[in-house]
Amino acid sequence: MSAVTQGQPKLYESQKLARWYFIVAIALFGAQLLFGLIAAYQQINPRFLLDVAPFMTNRTLHVNAMVVWLLVGMVGGVYWFLPKETGREVVGITLAKIVWWVLVAGVAVLVGIYLFVQYGPGKMTTLWFIMEGREYLEAPRWVDIAIVVWVAVFLFNVIATVLASRRITGILTVLIFDLVALGALYTAGMHYQLNLTMDQFLWWWVVHLWVEATWEVLVGVLMAWSLMYLLGVSRRLVETWLFIEVALVFGTGILGLGHHYFWIGTPEYWLGLGGFFSSLEPLPLVAMVVHSVYDAGAHRLGTVNKPAMFWLIAQAFGNFIGAGVWGFMQTLPQINMFSHGTQLAAAHGHLAFFGAYVATVLLLVYIAFQNLRVPVQVPLDSRLWKWAAALLILGIVGISAAFTLSGFTQTLIERAVGGSTWAAFIQGYTHPWYANTLGWRYFFGWVMLTGYVLLVIDLASIGKKRTA
Amino acid sequence: MDYTWIEITVAAIFLTAIVTAVLSRGAGWLSWHLWRNAMLVSSVVMTGILLWLSWDTVNRVRPGAGRIPPWTVINHEIGLKWDPERRWQVPVIGEETGFFGKIYTPEEAKALVNKGKITFQSRNCMECHTLLGNGAYYAPDLTRAWLDPWWESRIMPMVGAETREEAMKRWLMNPPQYPQGQRIMPNLGLTDEEATALVAFLKWMSAIDTNGFPPHFGMMTPR
Ligand code: HEC
Ligand code: HEM
Ligand code: HEM
Ligand SMILES: [Fe+2]
Repeated sequence: MSAVTQGQPKLYESQKLARWYFIVAIALFGAQLLFGLIAAYQQINPRFLLDVAPFMTNRTLHVNAMVVWLLVGMVGGVYWFLPKETGREVVGITLAKIVWWVLVAGVAVLVGIYLFVQYGPGKMTTLWFIMEGREYLEAPRWVDIAIVVWVAVFLFNVIATVLASRRITGILTVLIFDLVALGALYTAGMHYQLNLTMDQFLWWWVVHLWVEATWEVLVGVLMAWSLMYLLGVSRRLVETWLFIEVALVFGTGILGLGHHYFWIGTPEYWLGLGGFFSSLEPLPLVAMVVHSVYDAGAHRLGTVNKPAMFWLIAQAFGNFIGAGVWGFMQTLPQINMFSHGTQLAAAHGHLAFFGAYVATVLLLVYIAFQNLRVPVQVPLDSRLWKWAAALLILGIVGISAAFTLSGFTQTLIERAVGGSTWAAFIQGYTHPWYANTLGWRYFFGWVMLTGYVLLVIDLASIGKKRTA
Repeated sequence: MDYTWIEITVAAIFLTAIVTAVLSRGAGWLSWHLWRNAMLVSSVVMTGILLWLSWDTVNRVRPGAGRIPPWTVINHEIGLKWDPERRWQVPVIGEETGFFGKIYTPEEAKALVNKGKITFQSRNCMECHTLLGNGAYYAPDLTRAWLDPWWESRIMPMVGAETREEAMKRWLMNPPQYPQGQRIMPNLGLTDEEATALVAFLKWMSAIDTNGFPPHFGMMTPR
């Protein structure tokens, strides 16, 4: 392939900030993998670090690092594309830079608390300063407030920039409404609820309505921009597809929330509503596959950035398989009654988060790092990114396959046959079909970590004496 | 609420389709305008229905309102029985037997369960266990932990307790001393008061009507 080079394009301040966002994201990705590996090893050897960092500590860091880095990565993506879309510098960029520092400091303090304090006495002050103790939302209340402030500043940047540019596009409209919803939903998780049913009812407003509604739409926006950038697809086409996807995501995903209200004490009508609407949730994901594959084909894969193009296509398929297929697998109440609360959910969680969000952020990172150094090579390409991608994907597929088997064993042995007691639980995890998956999960974790190291090396060496 | 889920589903879909069609008269089916309208209408309709259903749900899950037990359930015996009409197991609240040899007033009971809930969150139990099936998958589901037959058959003799609440409390205060399987629950430094409150919280949770989850709890396990 003939390598064309071009000079360093001038970057907006907001795009420089975006790169700092991506650096935080990639660093936390590494932390996530590390703590995931420790958690996986503790399932093999339950006495490992039992007194120093018990399972819940590592798992908390694993899932919290994930939520933060994916959100940071997507916000970075918006900071990257926003000035291009509006044709001007982002308004309030200084404030945004200060908030970046606050974000980094806040994350550092939080990791310190999680690692070294771990938990506190059974008092309200613990929930405010140390540990809130709800999966994904473990962060104490002060962090919740900090997150709301962060999202508010970000929202201000977006809205003020759009207003100042006097230009509103379909993509920007979707983005603004989505970010308002995303921020507002987070506050649903910021209340102490004595009634456990109400606690989980609101907890899912954050967890489900984030990943299956507002995040999915945010990804749609970032995909739309990426397709226009990578392939030069027309705005009219991209926007129409975006609208179709949003209509389907919100049309199915909002009431699809009901698939988490089958067994938590909420009324029986959720069995039908949740089952029906959530089983249609794969529809927009199919639409996204069709959309990106069609566009890529129509432009004969001619792109300026090969790794970004790869992750874009991987995102479309990964989102469909991880969220659509693995989610559908357990979403009907007649199945979920037995699979609920087993590692089948973890299988789906890994595949879906990776396919939908990790792939998106990696796509954005490659776009933003393309012009890291002069001269810029077009199209961006290397051998290393292929190895990194292959190992990351092999890793997540292996981990998810292992979780699928252990979840299947739990569903069968612990729930259906055993009746879900303590003894049935032990019968489940000591069953060879479950026990044998533990080593595989751990092994593929190392595969993934290797892929991660290659990814970092590849990103760090972009533009350094590269011959394609 | 007097509507079935099928009626709500059909209404949601028709409302979205008809309002979109009316708003987009004349626009082609693949046009930018039609799909922008579809997006706006579906968002508004679905959000509206969700808010309306949430209102109904919130009112039906108040403690003591039927599906969720009152706090004073901790004074009572609790069991599961087959409901021939709903065709799954439902919790039944039996006679008043007291909790740790005491009858709690409604205020005392609420305060105790509250302490238990806060302790549960402060120790991050949910990152090892599931409750109502949600959380982590390292340790047993706690939805019906209070009703688990092992407390009587294994733990009471092991820790030398006379009652189930006493057995749970002693076990929770030092789980590594009495491991039951390969996976061990760490000692989380629970005080006497915190452990009592946790047992109350677990007992209260076991009486939530969960539409039969987990299915046939405790009906088939080796004891
Ligand atoms: C580090 C992970 C971990 C944490 C944190 C944890 N547990 Fe456990 N728990 C376990 C494991 C593992 C078992 C099974 C122990 C065994 O088989 O010996 C268990 C067993 C139990 C049981 C008995 C199981 C049953 O089905 O009845 C109860 C009750 C329990 N835990 C309550 C709690 C409470 C309450 C908390 C929070 C204060 C908590 N656990 C925190 C790991 C944990
Ligand atoms: C990118 C989108 C998605 C992501 C990131 C995602 C992620 C997750 C995660 C992490 C969980 C576990 C939650 C927990 O810890 O308890 C979960 C649960 C679940 N998801 Fe998804 N999901 C997505 C989309 C979907 C879709 C489209 C469906 C349905 C078709 C679905 C169906 C389910 C169901 C039924 C559960 C509950 C499992 C149980 O009962 O234990 N998900 N999801
Ligand atoms: C080194 C690679 C990884 C390893 C070894 C690993 C291991 C684990 C383990 C052991 C758990 C706890 C499961 C349980 O409760 O029994 C877990 C949970 C989870 N991990 Fe990973 N993980 C890895 C990478 C990832 C990645 C890349 C993602 C997403 C992008 C991810 C997302 C999650 C999620 C969402 C959960 C919670 C699942 C749920 O509650 O259903 N993990 N992981
Ligand atoms: Fe969901």
